[in-house]
Formats: sequence, C-alpha cells, structure tokens
Amino acid sequence: MALDADWAERWVRRTANAIADAKGELTELDRQIGDGDHGENLDRGFKAVVARLDDVAAEPVPADERTVGDVLKLVATTLMSTVGGASGPLYGTAYLRAAKVSGRPQIDPPAVVAVLEAALEGVASRGKATVGEKTMVDAWHAAVEAGEAAAGDGGSEVDVLRAAAEAADTAATGTIPLIATKGRASYLGERSAGHEDPGARSTALVLGAALAAALSGPTPADPRGAA
Amino acid sequence: MTARVALVLVSHSVELARGVAELAEQMAPDVLIRGVGGGPDGGLGTSLDAVQKALAEVLTALADDTAGDDAGGGADGGGVVVLGDLGSSVLTVEAVLELDESLTERVVLARAPFVEGAVAAAVTAHGGADLGAVLESATASIRMFAASEATQPPEASGATSGGESESSRTVTVRNPLGLHARPAALVSRKVAELGATVTIDGVDASSVLQLMALGATQGRELRVEATGERAAEAVATVVEMIDGGFGEV
Repeated sequence: MALDADWAERWVRRTANAIADAKGELTELDRQIGDGDHGENLDRGFKAVVARLDDVAAEPVPADERTVGDVLKLVATTLMSTVGGASGPLYGTAYLRAAKVSGRPQIDPPAVVAVLEAALEGVASRGKATVGEKTMVDAWHAAVEAGEAAAGDGGSEVDVLRAAAEAADTAATGTIPLIATKGRASYLGERSAGHEDPGARSTALVLGAALAAALSGPTPADPRGAA
Repeated sequence: MTARVALVLVSHSVELARGVAELAEQMAPDVLIRGVGGGPDGGLGTSLDAVQKALAEVLTALADDTAGDDAGGGADGGGVVVLGDLGSSVLTVEAVLELDESLTERVVLARAPFVEGAVAAAVTAHGGADLGAVLESATASIRMFAASEATQPPEASGATSGGESESSRTVTVRNPLGLHARPAALVSRKVAELGATVTIDGVDASSVLQLMALGATQGRELRVEATGERAAEAVATVVEMIDGGFGEV
C-alpha cells in the first residue's frame, strides 16, 4: 500500500502522542545538556498541530485532493509558530522541505526516502550542523541512509520506514558518548559527553510514529481519533 | 521618519528586544526600529507569528513613508535589516524568510552582535544609507568588537594622499561621561554628513562603535584629524561639538 495523506495525518497524531508520553524524558535530557525546554516546547507544538488537524477534519476534503505535502506543510507552519525554542524552526524547516517533495496524494518507497532526505537537508541547513555533532542531524542522517538502503533493496514503504526508525533510534543512543559542537549543548564542551541528545531522541520518536502509522493502516471509523 | 532602512530586532526576551531598540532609537531618531521578543506563550523564546507581524508592519510603514515622499527616493535601496540575539531567534527569522521568499527582496538578516550591530546599523541608517550599507555596518560591528578586544585602536596612518587638504586639532573632553553612546552617535552622524574623512585619536569618527570604544571621558585630550576638501571645516565642527560638552556640562 502506498502512503497517503491519511497516513501523514496518523503519523502526526501518533507523533503528538509519543511526544506527550516522552515529554518528561525529553525535558530531563535537555536539562542535562541544554535549557530544559525541549519536551515542553515540542509537546506544545504538536498539541497545536493536532488542534489544527481537528479544525481541518471538520471540513473534510476528498481523499484524492489532499496530498501528503498538505499535511506536512500544516505541521511545518504550526510548529514554527508555536514551539518557541530552536526546535520550532528546525523541525518546522524539516517538515516544510519534506512537504515540498510530497505534493501528491500518495508516495511510494523512493518518495518516502525523498521526504526523509528533504527533512535532513532542512534540519542540517537551518541548524548549520553536520553528522557527528551530537544533534538531531545524527538521527535524521542515519534514517536517510537506512531508508535509502531499504528502498534500494526493493523494500516496501513499511520496510523503508522501519529501517529509518530503527536507524534513528540507534543513532540517538549513539549520541551519548559524543561531545556536542553545535547548539546549546556545545557550551558545555566535554561535559556534554555521557548524555543523549534530546533532539536526536525526539527525531527517533517522530520516525517511530511514522512507522507505527504505516503499520496501523487506515482508521475510517474515526479519522480524528488518536489512532 | 526619513531613513529608508528600518530595523527589526528579534530577541528571546521582549525586554531585551525593546531595550536595545530604545538604545538604538535614541542614537538614531529618524530610523524606524521595532523590538520583537518572547515566545508564543509570552515567556522567553521566539514567536514566528510575532516576527512576521513586525516585518509586515515595518514594511507597510516604509511603503507609506515612501508614498508620501514626492521624491519617491525610498523605493530603491530601502528595506529592513533584521538582527537576532541567539540560536532560535536567528533560526526563526531564517524560517520566516523561507516561508515567504518574496520578503527576501527587502528584508535581510544581519549576522552581527545584537547590541553593537543594532546600534551601528541604526546610526548608519539614520544618515539615509541604503539596505546594503546598513547591513554592512551591522556586520562590520563584529570585526570592530574583535579588534577592540585584541588590540589598541589602530594608529592613524601618517600618510595622506597628495593634493587633499588635511587638518588637525586637539580638544579636551569636557562632559563627565565623555563620548558615551549618545554623544558618540551625534559625532558619528555629523561626520557622515560632513563629507570628509575624520579620525579621532586614530579611529574612524563615522563609526559610533569605534568612538565608544575609545572610552574617552572627561579631561581626556583627543586629536581630531581630517582629510578631504572640507577637512578644516570638519575638524572645526567636531572640535566644537566635543568642546561644547554635548549639553552635559
């Protein structure tokens, strides 16, 4: 099955739930090496996204007229407007660039990889960060590489997302020994080692939600449910 | 307002943004300066909506200003220079410019120190400079800051090009606080009007930041030098300003 706008919406709603569940953990990670607002900020942002999706759902659009990019664009502008910290424009740019390459009702495995690549490119260019600097770029980069490999092997959309989500999770854990050289944590220098980067962890949650949304399938009975 | 370039200052803190705007306004009263700060919830942070709103208002004000100006000279070279204080402020401004690419014709983000860049940009804009010149002034403030940390103010070059007149005099600072922000702005703005190259104790007198960096307080003797066609007049004018104590004696 190709991934459509309903999948994108389920992805976003699941992300909101995952972020809400992990809010305390993310905030604690950020308190150790940042300013302690990552969980709160993202939770506020994704709750606002869900509220806007609910508004949109009140005036349904025919499925073939809504693109994956429409959903991602809504996420982008809402996160930019509501998050407040650096993760707002960073995630916002990721979703914005992803929206630009997904303006279609359905996306196939290569297009899923393109979405991941666009998101990585957005985060890296906005944050002026590269791999190995203990940032969310580490998780996005690993996801793109794994997703590309899965698509190259002829994998399905689910295979691509599974590979991406697992790689992002591993990469997030892999930020623990790193010394931060970008972002707020870089002010700590060597003391940033031994802590997981909260942005890499939230990226793993986002991509885990993308996989779960693809596995859960459509939920026509309650399109506005948390799925 | 007569300046064709306006400033928008974006900070995590609304108080910081407004404070720096107030400081820069005092030094450049003809420039439209807007401070924007705080997150969507009113706490520390940056609000994309607030930045978009401020830019729209400032651009509208500039357009109105130009429309009322018969010369219509503001149409070219005008615009908005934006400064951000830290990470997310800068990222948010970049995101605003990416969301609406039509803004990039008239809005530029300066990568500059927040306070020094705002003050330098404001004083340059006050003199009627165009967008590029104001941006350059803001950006140059970072080199100025680094130079003042590393070395003493540069010595004035003894050589001047032949044929140009030159003039110099010394004057003693009379007001207690000396060339602090407001007097430094007055002097640098006047120098920009004079059309001569003026130095004070070897630093560029058209740069408000370099004048402030002299730390010239009451009793200090300053050497005012100028080159150019109106060198003597320029020196006399600057000496008179300093000797007058800027209304503070």
